[in-house]
Amino acid sequence: MTLNARIPDGPLTEKWDKFKDHCKLVNPTNKAKHTILVVGTGLAGASAAATLAEQGYQVKSFCIQDSPRRAHSIAAQGGINAAKNYPNDGDSVWRLFYDTIKGGDYRSREANVYRLAQISNQIIDHCVAQGVPFAREYSGLLTNRSFGGAQVSRTFYARGQTGQQLLLGAYGAMMRQVAAGRIELFPRRELLDFAVIEGQARGIVVRNLLTGAFERYAGDAVILATGGYSNVYYLSTNGKNSNVTAAWRAYKRGALFANPCFTQIHPTCIPVASEFQSKLTLMSESLRNDGRVWVPKKAGDKRKANDIPEGDRDYYLETRDPTFGNLVPRDVASRNAKQVIDEGRGVGKTGLAVYLDFRDAIASQGKDAIAARYGNLFDMYQRITGEDPYEVPMRIYPAVHYTMGGLWVDYHLMSTVPGLFVLGEANFSDHGANRLGASALMQGLADGYFIIPYTLGDYIATSDMEPVETDHDAFGEAEASARARTLKLLSIQGDKTVLRFHQDLGQLIWNGVGMSRSRKQLEQTIADVRSLRAEFWQNLLVPGEANTLNKNLEFAGRVADFMELGELMARDALAREESCGSHFRSEYQTADNEAQRIDEQYSTAAAWKYTGDEQPPERFSEPLTFENVKLTQRSYK
Amino acid sequence: MKINLSVWRQENSQSDGSFYNYTIENVQSDLSFLELLDMLNEQLMAKGEIPVEFDHDCREGICGSCGMMVNGQAHGPQKKTAVCQLYMRNFKDGDTVTLEPWRATAFPVIKDLVVDRSAFDRIVAAGGYVSVKTGSAPDANAVLVKKTDADQAFDYATCISCGACVAACPNASASLFTAAKISHLALLAQGNPERKQRVVKMTQQMTAEGFGDCSNHGECQAVCPKGISIDAIAQMRREYIRTKLPFG
Repeated sequence: MTLNARIPDGPLTEKWDKFKDHCKLVNPTNKAKHTILVVGTGLAGASAAATLAEQGYQVKSFCIQDSPRRAHSIAAQGGINAAKNYPNDGDSVWRLFYDTIKGGDYRSREANVYRLAQISNQIIDHCVAQGVPFAREYSGLLTNRSFGGAQVSRTFYARGQTGQQLLLGAYGAMMRQVAAGRIELFPRRELLDFAVIEGQARGIVVRNLLTGAFERYAGDAVILATGGYSNVYYLSTNGKNSNVTAAWRAYKRGALFANPCFTQIHPTCIPVASEFQSKLTLMSESLRNDGRVWVPKKAGDKRKANDIPEGDRDYYLETRDPTFGNLVPRDVASRNAKQVIDEGRGVGKTGLAVYLDFRDAIASQGKDAIAARYGNLFDMYQRITGEDPYEVPMRIYPAVHYTMGGLWVDYHLMSTVPGLFVLGEANFSDHGANRLGASALMQGLADGYFIIPYTLGDYIATSDMEPVETDHDAFGEAEASARARTLKLLSIQGDKTVLRFHQDLGQLIWNGVGMSRSRKQLEQTIADVRSLRAEFWQNLLVPGEANTLNKNLEFAGRVADFMELGELMARDALAREESCGSHFRSEYQTADNEAQRIDEQYSTAAAWKYTGDEQPPERFSEPLTFENVKLTQRSYK
Repeated sequence: MKINLSVWRQENSQSDGSFYNYTIENVQSDLSFLELLDMLNEQLMAKGEIPVEFDHDCREGICGSCGMMVNGQAHGPQKKTAVCQLYMRNFKDGDTVTLEPWRATAFPVIKDLVVDRSAFDRIVAAGGYVSVKTGSAPDANAVLVKKTDADQAFDYATCISCGACVAACPNASASLFTAAKISHLALLAQGNPERKQRVVKMTQQMTAEGFGDCSNHGECQAVCPKGISIDAIAQMRREYIRTKLPFG
């Protein structure tokens, strides 16, 4: 199978304009005849649904939450990048493109990333026009900050709630189209399967989470914007309902899954405190602008933080990297935390944490200045841990935060199943092996507001499609399989709950496919996940009935899919015999413990094809060619 | 510590509900309140009973999914805190905690602690947005907004749509929710052209959904997990009066 990314010809800087100039358009009077099914209402899904409806398509929008406004994009804190160069500090579309490609450790497509940087500015214009209350200067102009170690200030933000404000903008735009009759909302619905008819995605089967009914919806295209799969690790910063099920069902219907082992581990999260801990909370990495990361020099030093004198502290990020210091990229910061913790120098009750200390910043800038910058984060930390970070250093630990891998899509954002488009975190497209801070919101909105309206139109205009009804055999077969699987989960009646299986799976994936991976451990992980999966289908306990609100039943279906995904992640990590970005294979590192890329062999995207439950999946490669940037060894030393 | 829970259980919107009592042992103070409910559900399932349903997602106080009356207070005893960020260190060994769903005509109970808040979506659909089509916006810095207005607009825009304001209000009014959106957009130049129709349509929808009127009790701002001020409601009223004035 050859993966054709359908990247337009011509110079990098002209590809997207060329595409827009030459793509086929749908006659405005015909748009209303086309039904588009949009699954997911985060930044990508909401922006796509709103924009397609504005253009005249009939949109049906599905989400698992009770309202589209609750999708997990709402929790994004830091900001959104754009190449506006308002601060006049040398930023440009090219520089944003270059930083993103480099930050992704050269494992993403030049053409996609360049387009993303081009579109970034329009996103800000649009969101401001919607009434998104971005931070401003006293002049009334928008303000920017530098984020995640970027050398320019290109991040727009709304205090620590940028994701919320952007999502509410997109949600408002959606609700306007609901009022206009162009979007029909289907909340509390979970996608369980697809109807693929004559090779095209033509419909979906969902379960109504209140009544348990299986419902069928037909359309001319399906857009998946169902987010990432961090919850495969059980503990992550994702919402409890975030899951891979929609994407996994697509994989099983023939869509290839790309780079599943590229998962981002964020260095500044609040550490685990108890056995029943259900999720992890991210502290914005802007904290690293003023906080200093340290651990005791001696392993097993149990003194309180403030009792440890300067000479006994190891500011390990500053020592190993005097230039970037505490601002090294996320993967580097996370891996170094793991290293000092593995040496027995972790802090706190569990020993699974490092300090992030504001003592010196408070001394030099004053408590008020620090409170003005981070007050809400300090309050959040205190609420969760019961400790006052103005007085004692914060304790932080890395946590899974974002998944760069996802369904393979071409330049049009279409998967290998024609008519099935994948947007936002659910696709694999733009962040390579590591995502830069403030780039997720940018990508979700670029995909939904500005890319899919063109590429979907081109698909609709150039595809032959007969009308389909939901009584087609493909719907019947999809519904029967979704129903059987749901009932199977209920019928096992073993004695281990979903939560316990999910915790066990999370531990296996965290240990095996976490911050550092090795051949031996990956092979072990594959075996362990397979046996856990067998146990799951033997001994799962799901209480209650199928025909009512039953959250344990919902979670069981999701964990079942995570079990399969976890194995694929380990296979992908095993097959990629190099280190790059977030994917750190202990066998492949430089003398300085940096990721050692093997460009000759692995300058590719790996895309996996499902071949049946009993056979291993097949791996395909899309070569990545770099005509505009020179591949360099990423060094933050 | 040991915690006694008295939990409202109700099979569906038609059935009658009642309180059930449970005891949970070995509760750590670092546990969040929803994790306590996770513990309760594990305990129930081990005994072959049906777990308690409650809405939740982000568990960091921003998605607005969770919410319940904790000892008669919406989201519980801690100010400016959604129940997902309430920690057990706020309770004592042996405490009895009563849990009920939001109670309001416009929020019918779906099951146990889960209610239907879709009325909020319909209020927003009535006009809680700026009518701007994708692609038509001017440069982001073309329109200046005073920083103080932008900051105030942000404070109102932080509403998470949890419904605590309705649950706490003796009139089950959605005034704080509706006013927060109206005030957020009224403070910005971008929201200005539609401000008159917005306030009229959104307040009409609020009434049509069966929410009561505001009579200035102020319970809403006391329980709001985002600390949204009742000043929003004053702003909403000013906006409404403007629509009646020839020069407004």
